[in-house]
Amino acid sequence: MRADILERLASGNVLIADGATGTMLQAAGLPTGTPGEAWVLERPEEIKRLHRAYVAAGSQLVLTTTFGGARARLKAAGLDVQVAEINRRAAELARQVAGDNLYVAGDVGPTGEMMVPLGPLTYEAAVELFAEQSRALAAGGADVIYVETMSDLNEARAAVEGARQGCDLPVFCTFSFDTHGCTSMGVSPPQAAQAMAALGVPAIGANCGHAPEKLLDILPQMHETAPDAYLIAKPNAGIPRMVKRQVVYDATPERMADLTVRYVELGARIVGTCCGSSPAYIIAIREAVLS
Amino acid sequence: MANERLFEEMTDAVVAGLPDKARELANEALRAGVDPLEAIEQGFKPGMDVVGEGFAKGDLFIPDLMMSGEAMKVAIATLEPEMMKRKQQRKTLGKVVVGTVQGDIHEIGKTLVATMLAANGFEVRDLGVDVSPQQFVDAVREVAPDVVGLSALLTTTMLNQEAVILTLKEAGLREQLKVIVGGVPASPEWAEEIGADGYAENATEAVEVVKRLVQ
Repeated sequence: MRADILERLASGNVLIADGATGTMLQAAGLPTGTPGEAWVLERPEEIKRLHRAYVAAGSQLVLTTTFGGARARLKAAGLDVQVAEINRRAAELARQVAGDNLYVAGDVGPTGEMMVPLGPLTYEAAVELFAEQSRALAAGGADVIYVETMSDLNEARAAVEGARQGCDLPVFCTFSFDTHGCTSMGVSPPQAAQAMAALGVPAIGANCGHAPEKLLDILPQMHETAPDAYLIAKPNAGIPRMVKRQVVYDATPERMADLTVRYVELGARIVGTCCGSSPAYIIAIREAVLS
Repeated sequence: MANERLFEEMTDAVVAGLPDKARELANEALRAGVDPLEAIEQGFKPGMDVVGEGFAKGDLFIPDLMMSGEAMKVAIATLEPEMMKRKQQRKTLGKVVVGTVQGDIHEIGKTLVATMLAANGFEVRDLGVDVSPQQFVDAVREVAPDVVGLSALLTTTMLNQEAVILTLKEAGLREQLKVIVGGVPASPEWAEEIGADGYAENATEAVEVVKRLVQ
């Protein structure tokens, strides 16, 4: 039986998360424009097959297929009548594969709407969206609410607050620093770390983003600002380019594994990879980190 | 000169992204009888140049560009009635249709391009997100743009940029206009591969590319 995830992190051992979900599901036949969340209810076996592939590769922290599981985002796909059902079911599917010994991260992405004054979403409404999603993820058996790919600091704050309103699970939060070393909304790594530390978020970091090499610069900045927080490193497998009608991410599993070893040296305790990766990347990362 | 001070304040209001201040200054210009076209071109517009440059360099980010764009928009809207009265028009550099391609709901990048183009004097028709090839064709027939801008954030939807180009060809409209593409996975090579005329890394660069294409 697994220990509480915060105890597990306190042990100092690295926890290996998983890799890409969206691009993997598309490779399995998910049509362009259809969110992965649609398959949680329609084709749960495909979702479980993906989780199993990552667990077989060495993932110890399985992320639910709920990145776009907030009501505002599901609405675009006409799935907003099933917000609670999709998020709960997604957590159940991940738990079925993770069993009692591995961890399930209830994945929470941005709402897809801009916050006031740039867009229509108020802070209170955002908190409500995140609370609704987190409640369902917890009901389905998640160990942690895992907020990721944030670029707006207020939205990240709302996600943390919403998760805490919706359930009693710990909340982690990572940002996508993809624009000149900051998020697209101009949040720097120290700003993100400081805001999350102020909210007592125990694990923070960087995911998605631009070139994975940038994390070598980003992680120390976050660590310096929030030395007590566990660091998470889950970048893209390089930068996507279309070559002869095929999407190619320019970092190989070996390259990502080498980089991950350096993230761990810089203090990362949860590692994995994001867009463009596959179980092969997790195999390479696991081998490199454990050796 | 008094106008020069007013123009400087206008520039500052746009740079700081203050729509209310921009409206106030536009009204002040109207009361003082300042030429509204001069207020736009010499007062507000230089602010967008500053912001565009800062954005391209990484000193400024999406929220800055959005708020500055809003200030610019408010200023123009405030000055427009007086311009019409004087039968004035901003010099149009050309017409551009922009949209995010089918299957893709990412709005920001495309909107920033539209904002910067409009601020620089292009007439812009923004078709929104998840725009089908046929909708692009319909808009091209209606607007007769010089340039069509196709946005896609996802590697999975960027193929639809090509679909639009092919549909424009089939409709016999491709030769009369230029096509530019943008989005995270796009590149100059990608633009060339699918037969687009240009690629821009960001909204500031998009203005330069479109200016070059309409020359």
